[in-house]
Amino acid sequence: MEHYLMNLTLKVWRQANSNAKGKFETFKVKDISSEMSFLEMIDVLNEQMIREGHDPIAFDHDCREGICGMCSMYIDGRPHGPWHANTVCQLHMRAYKDGDTIVIEPWRANAFPVIKDLMVDRSAFDRIIQAGGYVSVNTGSPVDANATPIQKDNADAAFAAAACIGCGACVAACKNSSAMLFVSAKVSHLALLPQGNPERKSRVTNMIAQMDKEGFGSCTNTGACEAVCPKEIKMSNIARLNNEYLVAGLTIDK
Amino acid sequence: MLNSKIPAGALDQKWVDYKGHCKLVNPANKRKLEVIVVGTGLAGASAAASLGELGYKVKAFCFQDSPRRAHSIAAQGGINAAKNYQNDGDSVFRLFYDTIKGGDYRAREANVHRLAEVSVNIIDQCVAQGVPFAREYGGLLNNRSFGGTQVKRTFYAAGQTGQQLLIGAYQALERQVALGNVHQYTRHEMLDVVMVDGKARGIIARDLVTGKLERHFGHAVLLCTGGYGNVFYLSTNAMGSNVTAIWKAHKKGAYFGNPCFTQIHPTCIPVTGDHQSKLTLMSESLRNDGRIWVPKQKDDPRKANDIPEEERDYYLERRYPAFGNLVPRDVASRAAKERCDAGYGVGTTKQAVYLDFKFNLINKYGKAEANKHGIENPDTETLIRLGKEVVKEEYGNLFDMYEKITGENPYEVPMRIYPAVHYTMGGLWVDYELMTNIPGLYALGEANFSDHGANRLGASALMQGLADGYFVIPYTIGNYLADDIATKPIPTTHEAFEQTEKAVAERINKLMSIKGDTTVETYHKRLGKIMWEKCGMARNAQGLKEAIAEIQQLKKEFWSNVRIPGTIEEMNPELDKAGRVADFIELGELMCQDALNRNESCGGHFREESQTEEGEAKRDDDNFAYVSAWEYKGESAWELHKEALTFEVAKLTQRSYK
Repeated sequence: MEHYLMNLTLKVWRQANSNAKGKFETFKVKDISSEMSFLEMIDVLNEQMIREGHDPIAFDHDCREGICGMCSMYIDGRPHGPWHANTVCQLHMRAYKDGDTIVIEPWRANAFPVIKDLMVDRSAFDRIIQAGGYVSVNTGSPVDANATPIQKDNADAAFAAAACIGCGACVAACKNSSAMLFVSAKVSHLALLPQGNPERKSRVTNMIAQMDKEGFGSCTNTGACEAVCPKEIKMSNIARLNNEYLVAGLTIDK
Repeated sequence: MLNSKIPAGALDQKWVDYKGHCKLVNPANKRKLEVIVVGTGLAGASAAASLGELGYKVKAFCFQDSPRRAHSIAAQGGINAAKNYQNDGDSVFRLFYDTIKGGDYRAREANVHRLAEVSVNIIDQCVAQGVPFAREYGGLLNNRSFGGTQVKRTFYAAGQTGQQLLIGAYQALERQVALGNVHQYTRHEMLDVVMVDGKARGIIARDLVTGKLERHFGHAVLLCTGGYGNVFYLSTNAMGSNVTAIWKAHKKGAYFGNPCFTQIHPTCIPVTGDHQSKLTLMSESLRNDGRIWVPKQKDDPRKANDIPEEERDYYLERRYPAFGNLVPRDVASRAAKERCDAGYGVGTTKQAVYLDFKFNLINKYGKAEANKHGIENPDTETLIRLGKEVVKEEYGNLFDMYEKITGENPYEVPMRIYPAVHYTMGGLWVDYELMTNIPGLYALGEANFSDHGANRLGASALMQGLADGYFVIPYTIGNYLADDIATKPIPTTHEAFEQTEKAVAERINKLMSIKGDTTVETYHKRLGKIMWEKCGMARNAQGLKEAIAEIQQLKKEFWSNVRIPGTIEEMNPELDKAGRVADFIELGELMCQDALNRNESCGGHFREESQTEEGEAKRDDDNFAYVSAWEYKGESAWELHKEALTFEVAKLTQRSYK
């Protein structure tokens, strides 16, 4: 790849804590290499700010290889920035050219309060999993792993749903701040496998109830979530979720 | 003296006997016992969930915003288990033997055999939790092979095995949180161990959102905080991965085992420039289907695809015909360094070699698919098209990741790869029960030193993390806590908590009061450079002595001139990082001490003074068949304790993969 340098203008959301009023601040960064990742560009800006005696921009990040789900920036009106099926940490600066202006915001949703600058609190997702996103087996001596053959198509579909990294981009992209794609990924993962079958009705009912309690909005099938999902979780999972929910509602015994 | 508490009896009966005779805690008493688990990766999450299920009162801590983000999630290739589903001659004994040999005979036989025994339970447990491992069309589980072995025993989920296993453990953990058996503390960092009457009785943790210090009591404390590869600044570890928890324990008296044993992984995406913040692994499983080569001609200016077959040097196949591209990681890394140092490296920096998929894409997968579809005499284009589909299913996410980072399409051109720091075999010294030399303080997973000797085989880290958490600690902790059932929870107003918290607060205040002019990141980069150059893939006495002096100097500068912005009682990532880097600096010095002491080459530790005429590592069993366990004795001072390694079953031989 041809390597080049660029100067950029960044408009970044700054907010001291969850109670403070936030605002945009404008920064200039110089000689950014096209080979840098987006977060490395922010690193350069932060180092510069510390040297100049300013408070650096707080943002969540950890693995920087697109799998932990920690990074969460809303870049130019799109979660995780311009690339398809991508996380911010895997966005590289060759996506930009000299002179560009980039606007960076945190995830915006009532259920994800801002902690500081670009960091938000996503513990609502943990609580949704706590409501039923598991198979109730204790550590011990289950049957041999090959005792239950699973049709490859189902296993593959379950894996595709289980690839969700819980980043929250689906919520950030949705005009209703709905968490349906996240919830449907977990419900699908387990509903597609025989191991998840015994609890499928209570699981979907309880997870939806928790989702509503956390203040996430409703799904109106606009598909913004699927378009920005870094792991390409499909909206067909939402259809499966609705089906599971309906069946559970009609047939659950308690 | 070090007592590893290895049970008597035949190797394959030790764990059986132990389980049959260890003390038990009755269910009513378990509810009165509190256990602190620090870290929520595979080891921590599986331990916290399993202990919660047993009825203990568990508190689980992680610095991330959710337990699901721990760095186990990034493990790609797979998890080993001696299931022998492939009928290719695998067994518990073979997995044990491969692991001992792969670790270059620097691990304990009893621990490794136990690991191989419980490996089969792990797969059963994970499948029961709903972990979607790769399957065959018949519906049964699929396996792949990995470096250092000649059987297919690795279970996987595309290139996201760690993610799927961690989600399994995370779900089990969240279930216990919902049931009230585990209380979870996210965005919390452990900053010290609290000792009462010589036993670990709690921790001081900092809430990273408010910046406030907290005291937590536990009858026992489990450190499951992963490895310390970030001492090299650049590594495949997550940005937050750190040594702080185990380093604090070390300074409270826990011995540090084999600190210099670092795994440099052969297949990572090469460094592009000074801005680089981390390195990304390309799973070792790619070596199943990729062939590693460099041009036969030095500084060959041609593009990879323009270099004809006969002008390529498949140096691993040439040097190690028996294992070829599947030699263990340490061997593959050194061979890549050797070629690049000799001037045959590729890419702009010349610090890279090619990992090429074309041959197997066409000849292995393409032809198999063509046969399956009944296509006779397919042309190369058809073979490539068909082969690509299979390769995409096996490694799709890795290929995508490579393209995002480099801008090159690895289906078309070979990947460029170079070794990078990946895993640390060293860690807190633990006995057979995973307890450190401090009573009540345990270390699990990568945070301990125990099972991988001087070199870890691929797909064994996930196995060890889950073995420790699901199947070892639930037994061994009972053996300790059974004697503790009468101990009432110690109030956190106890003097020991007061004093420990005071010392932690003083250190934070000291860091903030320096107000120098150099950023934390600058010191971390300087430390990393020293470590990589002098305590990296090749080490010698002179370089190590220089490194120790340079690190001591760096420490002085850090503590007199570091600049940390912001305040203490707020979300302040720079302050968090400063504390971690300060600990890394001290650890770096100990690693160099350990490397200097071990005047032999073994596994990932290559001392230039100790090599064969052909440049292969030369072990010295007469003088170094021991575990180095270092006791902290004050600033820049350590005392070495040696745990002799005895091999009753495995035969000590020079490793050969030729």
